[in-house]
Amino acid sequence: MASKEAYITGVGQSEVGVRLPRHPLLLTLDAAREAVAEAGLTFEQIDGVFSFPGKANGYLAFSPVGTDEVIEALGIRSKWQMGAMEQPAQLAAIAMAAWAVKQGICRHVLCFRTVYEAGGMADPAQYMPQRSETVSGASQWTSPFWATSAACWTAQYAARHVHKYGMTREQLGQIALNASRNAMLNPRARAITKEELTLDRYMDARMISTPLCLYDCDRFSDASTVVIVSAEDALDEVTCRPVRIAAMSGSVDRYSWDQAEWPAAYDAGRDLWQHTDYTVEDVDTAQFYDGFAFLPITWLEGLGFCEKGEGGRFIEGGTRIARDGELPLNTSGGQLGAGRLHGFGFAHEAVTQLRGKAGERQIPGDPKVAVATSGGGPLAAALLLARD
Amino acid sequence: MNPPRPRPKLDEENTAFWTGGAQGRLNIVRCGDCGQFTHPPRVLCRHCQSENIEPHAVAGTGVIDTMTINHQPWAKGLEVPYVIARVALNGVPGVYLTTNIVNSPVEDVAFGDRVRVVFEEQDGIFYPLFEKVG
Repeated sequence: MASKEAYITGVGQSEVGVRLPRHPLLLTLDAAREAVAEAGLTFEQIDGVFSFPGKANGYLAFSPVGTDEVIEALGIRSKWQMGAMEQPAQLAAIAMAAWAVKQGICRHVLCFRTVYEAGGMADPAQYMPQRSETVSGASQWTSPFWATSAACWTAQYAARHVHKYGMTREQLGQIALNASRNAMLNPRARAITKEELTLDRYMDARMISTPLCLYDCDRFSDASTVVIVSAEDALDEVTCRPVRIAAMSGSVDRYSWDQAEWPAAYDAGRDLWQHTDYTVEDVDTAQFYDGFAFLPITWLEGLGFCEKGEGGRFIEGGTRIARDGELPLNTSGGQLGAGRLHGFGFAHEAVTQLRGKAGERQIPGDPKVAVATSGGGPLAAALLLARD
Repeated sequence: MNPPRPRPKLDEENTAFWTGGAQGRLNIVRCGDCGQFTHPPRVLCRHCQSENIEPHAVAGTGVIDTMTINHQPWAKGLEVPYVIARVALNGVPGVYLTTNIVNSPVEDVAFGDRVRVVFEEQDGIFYPLFEKVG
């Protein structure tokens, strides 16, 4: 039977570390156990497993666990599974799960993202790509010019913003400073953020690719994050406080990273509001993809928290995006402060805040509406989450 | 001494682009029907889906649309800093090439600079790099 709405009923996360000895499938199990326990469910009640990007056989550090293995190892009787890279960014896997429960295909879907990018470097033979004589596909248009990393590609977006709209390093630095402050209050960020970043240390940091410095880039980590998506008509089976997926949007441009004026965050951001009666004014907290510090700026502008070009000034001084500010941003520390969980961490933190379970980093008031995003350059996906 | 540049795997779509420098040509796929350009190169026009396309030698001049000074050595022995730029090609609307700006100190390269192609050959691949004009 089709269900009108989709809810997030459980979230879970493994330990987050750098070179964790624990096998990535066991990290996934840790996160899955926590998530189903929080929902008041058991693995027997899960009937779908969705992930981004699926097992990356050529580069296991990036994605070491596939949906097949989770279905087998957890004894799940799955009606539907999906693990795919060709989606509008990481959170699209949760959006697809929402469609599956809305259509009545599944009742409770386990969505996961497992990363082993730090541990994988310690075991390159197993986890890292084999050296290739040649480059092909999209990377042939960047790698031959030593634009090797997404840091270089994102830097080109950011530099254009600096040039055209006057964003300063002090302004951009507020993303990393805010992330660090919040990460200090997140017990699961201990391996990633050990001391609070200061503006002086930020300004003195070595450049990676201008204007992005070391602290503007997220850090490889080992972790798994799980989100359980449930059908409205299955809510009588859960014991938690459900959070409704009030709207979702995605946008895919060419994977060319040459979107000069209009990265995908702008289309996905504007489109999100077409699917809900909520407005930007209703948002109590924002959890924006920050693989690189410039991306939250595109999301602030794309979702309409400020005008295009005003993102730098919007975050100036950091008070507006602080936990007690008008738009608390990346309250877990984001990926800059709490590790490269690759998108799913933002949904995890949004739900945690909306449930009032964020401990020392809990934002004040009674937050009811949050936005979580992933991607932002050529690909973007956004979720509007509401406790209504 | 810099390590060799990563080498593109040549195929039906990209060979004219990566080898055109042998004749001093910067080849960009142009549609024989609608006249628009498709880059990265494809076997069809991405604007009108015509299969009547062929590599066209463009002027090889352009303007720096955005740029970053890269300081991170992504490969062993890679000399830094260097400029990665996105060049908007003159006469080729909508096409940007990610490339390097060479033959100038990095601090002398700026947004809006006019540039022209210079090819760097490595084992039969002609990498289109750019240098400042004037």
